[in-house]
Amino acid sequence: MHVLSQTGEAVAAPEERVTTGETTKLGRAIVVTSGKGGVGKTTTTANLGTALAQRGARVALIDADVGLRNLDIVLGLENRVQHHLLDVLEETATIDDALVPDKHSEGLFLLAAAQAREKDEVDTEKMRALVASLRERFDYVIIDSPAGIEKGFKNAVAGAQEAIVVCTPEVSSVRDVDRVVGLLGNRFRPQLVINRVRPQLVKKGTMLSVEDVDAFLRLPLLGVIADEPQIIVTTNRGEPLALQRDGKTAAAYHAIAARVAGEDVPPPQVELPKPTLFQRLFRGGRA
Amino acid sequence: MIEFLRRFFAGTQLSANAAKERLRLVLMTDHLALGPEIVEAMKRDLVDVISRHVEVDRERIEVTFEQQDRSLALLANVPILSVHRPEPREPAKSPPQRPRRKRRSRRKSTAAVPATEPAAAT
Repeated sequence: MHVLSQTGEAVAAPEERVTTGETTKLGRAIVVTSGKGGVGKTTTTANLGTALAQRGARVALIDADVGLRNLDIVLGLENRVQHHLLDVLEETATIDDALVPDKHSEGLFLLAAAQAREKDEVDTEKMRALVASLRERFDYVIIDSPAGIEKGFKNAVAGAQEAIVVCTPEVSSVRDVDRVVGLLGNRFRPQLVINRVRPQLVKKGTMLSVEDVDAFLRLPLLGVIADEPQIIVTTNRGEPLALQRDGKTAAAYHAIAARVAGEDVPPPQVELPKPTLFQRLFRGGRA
Repeated sequence: MIEFLRRFFAGTQLSANAAKERLRLVLMTDHLALGPEIVEAMKRDLVDVISRHVEVDRERIEVTFEQQDRSLALLANVPILSVHRPEPREPAKSPPQRPRRKRRSRRKSTAAVPATEPAAAT
């Protein structure tokens, strides 16, 4: 169930709105996680954040992958990071000093991870408090979790109320997501993004289909992202694909953002491009 | 060439199915997280309880696990040999530590002469 706030934006958790003199609305803290590494958590976080900001929302992205900072690269903000998550948690920098405004999207901010530190150095309770304070200032706080299910994951999850799990159509990834969802429990209402789907392989029977993955995980399906060369290009440039207004994959990210915002958009699917006969033979022989 | 492609496709069609089957088994064991000896003990206890009411074929019992939505279901296939007539429960009469086989034979005899047993039990 969703309700509409005064700004016209859908809020999924009305019970979390608080009244402090005048009515204020706490933002939603969403952790993006997967268990397995390399499935596209950071790309998903960057694009979801961008797409939400393009819709006019105020969004803070937290890179919780302490020691392996990446989100700044994907957003193209690596040269602007002065302070990081641990500076804020250890109070050597203020949150305002550490939040880097995005180059491309107004209302989007990044809190980078510390590169030369370790995940164990993060205090879980301080992390929880930080996310809580950011929820007072932003509509969305999106936390990019590190791979794994250890301390780094637990810190990333600490302040969140909701979870997005990212999965690729592979046995190992599905298994890890299943495990992570078990660890998260129902409290986070995990929703699924299936990433790196290759429709042609699915059609041939070489890759698990969206339906297959769905049948195993039984999670609300938030989005399906095709494995597209364009994502590599945009990551190389540090310009998230969701900045583009056209293109199927950009549209898929915007649909995810709309769904996160509570809009009732059609169920996600990937379309199979119609290849020429030559392409089909060529790909078939090479795959 | 065409033949090669056809064979190639026939081969690859299996790989998504292979993935599905492997995933099914791997998730099942992940969810179960129980050793085979626990499953065996569970099966035995389950059958003991059912045997209080009906006579079952212990040799042909199948216990399997199946994923249903987000949870794992235990499915027991228990062939029933004969249905005991309703008789008053006899909690004190069957101490759990008594050997299974012995209890079963005793049960058969109570089914044959239902009138004497309840009187003795109460």
